[in-house]
Amino acid sequence: MNQCSCKCEVDEKVLYDSLGGIVEKYKSKEGSLIQALHATQNLFGYLPEKALNCIAEGLNIPLSEVTGVVTFYTVFSTTPPPAGHLIQVCVGSACYAKGAKKLLERIEERLGIKVGETTLDGKFSLRLAHHVGLCGLAPVMMIDGEVYKQVDVEKVAEILDAY
Amino acid sequence: MNRISGIEDLQRIKVDYLQELKKYEKTVLVCGGGGCEASGCIKVRDTLDRFIAGNNLASKINLITTGCIGLCSHGPAILVLPAETFYVNMTPEKVIEVAQAEFFENKTVEAYTYFDKAGDRHIPRMSDIPFFAAQTKNTLRNCGQMDYASLEAYIARDGYLALANVFGKNDPSYVIAELKASGLRGRGGAAFPTWIKWDSMSKQPGPDKYMLCNADEGNPGAYMDRALLEGDPHSIIEGMIIGAFAAGARKGYIYVRVEYPMAVERLGAAIEQAKEAGLLGQNIMKSGFDFDLELRVGAGAFVCGEETSLMASVEGSRGEPVQKPPFPFECGVFGKPSNLNNVETYANIAPIMLKGGEWFASFGSEKSKGTKLFSLAGALENTGVVEVDMGTTLREMLFDIGGGVPKGKYIKTVQLGGPSGGFVKTNQLDTPLDYESIAAAGASLGSGGIIVMDNDMDMVETALFYMDFQRHESCGKCFPCRIGTKRIVEILKKINDGNGTSEDMELIREIASAMKDAALCGLGQEAAAPVISAMKTFPEEFEEHIHRHNCCAGAQGTKN
Repeated sequence: MNQCSCKCEVDEKVLYDSLGGIVEKYKSKEGSLIQALHATQNLFGYLPEKALNCIAEGLNIPLSEVTGVVTFYTVFSTTPPPAGHLIQVCVGSACYAKGAKKLLERIEERLGIKVGETTLDGKFSLRLAHHVGLCGLAPVMMIDGEVYKQVDVEKVAEILDAY
Repeated sequence: MNRISGIEDLQRIKVDYLQELKKYEKTVLVCGGGGCEASGCIKVRDTLDRFIAGNNLASKINLITTGCIGLCSHGPAILVLPAETFYVNMTPEKVIEVAQAEFFENKTVEAYTYFDKAGDRHIPRMSDIPFFAAQTKNTLRNCGQMDYASLEAYIARDGYLALANVFGKNDPSYVIAELKASGLRGRGGAAFPTWIKWDSMSKQPGPDKYMLCNADEGNPGAYMDRALLEGDPHSIIEGMIIGAFAAGARKGYIYVRVEYPMAVERLGAAIEQAKEAGLLGQNIMKSGFDFDLELRVGAGAFVCGEETSLMASVEGSRGEPVQKPPFPFECGVFGKPSNLNNVETYANIAPIMLKGGEWFASFGSEKSKGTKLFSLAGALENTGVVEVDMGTTLREMLFDIGGGVPKGKYIKTVQLGGPSGGFVKTNQLDTPLDYESIAAAGASLGSGGIIVMDNDMDMVETALFYMDFQRHESCGKCFPCRIGTKRIVEILKKINDGNGTSEDMELIREIASAMKDAALCGLGQEAAAPVISAMKTFPEEFEEHIHRHNCCAGAQGTKN
């Protein structure tokens, strides 16, 4: 069994059948590798090696070139999504100017983890975001995609406790 | 919608739509810009929707979700017409009170309108609020004024009329002449005259030529393009079709960053609407001109905001830049003549064609014509997306529009134009915001990001932060940038930790100079700009770190 991007359990065959559809859609469109990778990552939640092989074969692109593209772009991941609630703290310049560093330190302290790690109980994972386009609301953080704006560092405990 | 075949169809749609609007007593525009969506405007809108339905007011009250109204710090925001009453910081509970008062008593709930701290009073009417009164919204003409998702609404505001006129004249050189008269310079940061790019491409052999839009907006601090992408997507499409006609392109791509899913969704919907209405595809408006437009979503690489990197990414490759010449107008996407312009540049095209190049040139300063979008962030009372005449001073921007600095804080420095834009000092606040004046002040306007940093900021740590961003985003292709950014970060860490020497500052300058001379692309050439600018504007802080092994943050700044 595999986990698809909505975290339900889906038979691998179903996922790879859908991948076949993605390959069919993009194989005759010049320059579509990145769009095909987006669709594939949306399907699986990440980019399994087997899926990359399918894409390479289906789009007639050397696997080395496919993995070269995958490893270049930060949004693509060859490992499953982090466990638990995903906290992303924006460290773009405006958020930095409005105290993102202190916010990050407070979260790290509260959860006992560093950026890139997951809490021992698997409840939270912590990552950075680099400029999400909400600079007017700095400092910004997201938990499972939900935006927290103008975050007061003193309110971090309250925000996290709600999960 | 049926296929539109020309001006008559556009006029009919406009008349019908405006007629439809007249039947309502009031219109409520709920800001659906990125900032307000993140602030919870969907719940506010849904509450209003239920209130209107529940009280059988649907025939009297027109509820519209609009694009970014601009005052992001005070969202969720709603605007009630015709009185132009502007309510801020809305919640589902507050909006019910507003709905009661406005719809049943025709009264304003003043307590929920904008509060002007300087004047210590509420200002209910939008055009009386200094934040809005000081702006000139030409590019933002439709944002916050109409239903962003409606093609009819766009047409009712003279959308696609410019395109129809261009087809009527049927002369690409006419388009380029108007563009030349306008003096429009690329709004993405390079500020290159747009007419030259289109003219150069028009002279290239066809038939395969490409028109591209840079909707990557990777500069931290910049969020003005998303206001256009999400609030007025058809303005970009129309601008691109006009450009394609002038330059002889038959296919276009809009490259949108993956961090803007709302923009991807709204642009995608607008493209489908345009296709259905015969405004994209074959024989547009029965002109005989064909143009296809496709979205390309980025994948999280700052370097893909650079022209040739973006084109590589459109081709599905690693976003690595290539040497110029050859320039993209000769050899770009898939080896064909290509033109890339910024979102804001395209959004200016339709009004220039409708009102004339001279009209556009009547705004702005001598060498920087027109108006410009800026995004305000940092230590300001009012943050958001604004538009002013080029040449408006930084002081006017920060105080008349930005509302000044929050109480208890002082301006230490203002960071302009994205990471490579540089810092200006408080004694430079009277510098006009145009390309030449800001360059003379030692910084760069860039795409228009303005970040106000207060007295808490340590400039050595700030320089390190920016340089670490540059290092992280270096594509790695050329070693001046790949190694230069890394070495500068290492040296800055040393200085920041109190272990630096005075030779370190000279070494940083030497590395920066090498990068400027030898890096492959503009990003690499300017990658060291943050630290060079910080050392130039705040040498004493670097000296403190080096000689006294401590930091003097908070020691200087200005309140006004």
